[in-house]
Amino acid sequence: MARMTLTEKIMARHAGRPSVEPGENVWVGVDILMTHDVCGPGTIGIFKEEFGPAAKVWDKDRVVIIPDHYIFTAEEKCHRNIQILRDFVKEQGLRYYYDADFVQGSGMPSPYRDPNKTNYKGVCHKALPEEGHVRPGEILLGTDSHTCTAGAFGQFATGVGNTDAAFAMGTGKTWLKVPPTMKFTFHGRIPPYLTAKDLILAVIGQISVSGATYKTMYFAGEGIASLTLEDRMTLTNMAIEAGGKNGVCDVDEKTLAYVRKRSTRPNWEVLKDDPGCAYCYEHAWDLATMEPMVAKPHSPDNKDTARNCRDVKLDRAYIGSCTGGKITDMIFAATILQGKQVKIPTYVVPGSTEVHSDMLKLNLKGQPKQAGQKSVYEVLQDAGCQIGPSGCAACLGGPSDTFGRLNEPIACISTTNRNFPGRMGHKDAGVYLASPLTVAASALTGFVTDPRDYVSGPIETGLAGVA
Amino acid sequence: MSQIITGPAFVLGDDVDTDQIIPAEYLSYNPSDASERKYFGMYALSGVPRSQSGLPGGGQRFVEEGQYKTKYAIVIGGKNFGCGSSREHAPLAIAEAGAKVVVAEFYARIFYRNCVNGGYLLPCETTQRLVHEVRTGDQCAVDIASATLTNKTTGKTYTLRPLGDAKPIIDAGGIFPYARQTGMIKAG
Ligand code: SF4
Repeated sequence: MARMTLTEKIMARHAGRPSVEPGENVWVGVDILMTHDVCGPGTIGIFKEEFGPAAKVWDKDRVVIIPDHYIFTAEEKCHRNIQILRDFVKEQGLRYYYDADFVQGSGMPSPYRDPNKTNYKGVCHKALPEEGHVRPGEILLGTDSHTCTAGAFGQFATGVGNTDAAFAMGTGKTWLKVPPTMKFTFHGRIPPYLTAKDLILAVIGQISVSGATYKTMYFAGEGIASLTLEDRMTLTNMAIEAGGKNGVCDVDEKTLAYVRKRSTRPNWEVLKDDPGCAYCYEHAWDLATMEPMVAKPHSPDNKDTARNCRDVKLDRAYIGSCTGGKITDMIFAATILQGKQVKIPTYVVPGSTEVHSDMLKLNLKGQPKQAGQKSVYEVLQDAGCQIGPSGCAACLGGPSDTFGRLNEPIACISTTNRNFPGRMGHKDAGVYLASPLTVAASALTGFVTDPRDYVSGPIETGLAGVA
Repeated sequence: MSQIITGPAFVLGDDVDTDQIIPAEYLSYNPSDASERKYFGMYALSGVPRSQSGLPGGGQRFVEEGQYKTKYAIVIGGKNFGCGSSREHAPLAIAEAGAKVVVAEFYARIFYRNCVNGGYLLPCETTQRLVHEVRTGDQCAVDIASATLTNKTTGKTYTLRPLGDAKPIIDAGGIFPYARQTGMIKAG
């Protein structure tokens, strides 16, 4: 029997074959197809054109639609696009749709009042696991390049365009080239001044924004085991920033506890790399010697240490997105900002309404806050942060009235994932990508700041984002 | 897909990402709406920083202000063309503007896949770095059958890589026509 990687095994099983090899093209069955408000209307259009106006999706329980990109904007076309999703969901009887139910009529929608009382979720890659749509061993396609995030749960997840999505919508199938796997091993335990963001920026800085093109990025070692599930999602989320087809982590008790509690289906298959399987690249890091990193403008591989950039003056800080807007990211930032004041405008956007709700409920240790304690939300607010409603917001710029968007050529430090020219708005704005710890420390000084100046001990995130 | 594509070239550098190809603010147009689709042509490559837009020299527009179509038939790029998001609006925008082919050293995979599966554009790869061999406005010819690009302005010819696995899908005109031809889905 051939020795296979996790990704090869998933592809072989979904192709109905005993084994596959890197470079082969295979047709596979898809478990879940996700789309959102930016690519959904185009996908639906192609689906109808190709399969006919009366066509039905291949499985109404496996097409998941999550509006998240252009929600809080007055732009009419964005509201229209949400309506296209609603009409399609109704017509097809789709079971899993997370409507931005407060978007009614025209003008800037007023956000949900209570994050627990809306169907709306926010960023799709955060919502997918929360709502039980990710499972070990499955294949997830999404019309969004950061769909690779779900690989943290030991599955194959990748981004596709509208045509591929429309094809899968009608047939439940797609063709994939089996990717070779690159293995990145991290030894030791994650120290308190680092997060997974520093690890992935170091990796991308080493292999470049095209270093993993067509390949799987496998994050391994006891260093990865020491990360929270959310922090592992930060790693796999940014696999695409190195050009990767997908990113994966091993499944352990942390993964299983989460999936058992959330999954909409009872069964899944835990797979792992066979001992002695082939990797096309291997590199190992020791977490104890790694430093807080940034990616300077205008590329995620333009790496440097935060300390080297201490003379870089900043105009704004941004904490949000599928990469850096999870509840643990919020706790990391709040721990640094606690009892202090930001020096530059600092925008905070929860990755989902669940994150928003947890920010209101949990204290800085990730436990339900007791009388007299401050919530994560309160700590951030007291420090002078402006907190918006959940969604993609300024991560990808978006319409000019988007919360936190860089409408001028300013310098911003951000927990997001991409800093190509114009990504967060203005073409000449300079974006520094960094961990939530580094972004928070920098918000306090107005310069890129190494968080070791502020972190005094371990940051416990407790039950936050765990189950 | 016609076998020889001729016309002036528009030259770009490395890592031209999808936000440069079609900035996010225009993604609210619905590509499936015939009256809105033309705007993707209007804003194609409008996010490229001025200094990089039309090399060498830069400062040139792919599509003139207020127009929907480009005068360039061929886009030349360096490494990792089309990196970033999965938006299919990117190859669609270049095609909607009227260009027929992109010639780059290599592509980000989702962009490449979208070009092929959507049947928008021919994504050719070169073994040489053409960014320094072709100037924006040079008259070029891409010959698919002989897998060459000729810069008629300088008279030099360059080899293109074979289309490989994607060729049957490119020949069919995209994943849907391919699937119909091969019987995977019913011929409509
Ligand atoms: S938060 Fe940013 S990276 Fe994540 S899905 Fe939204 S736009 Fe994409």
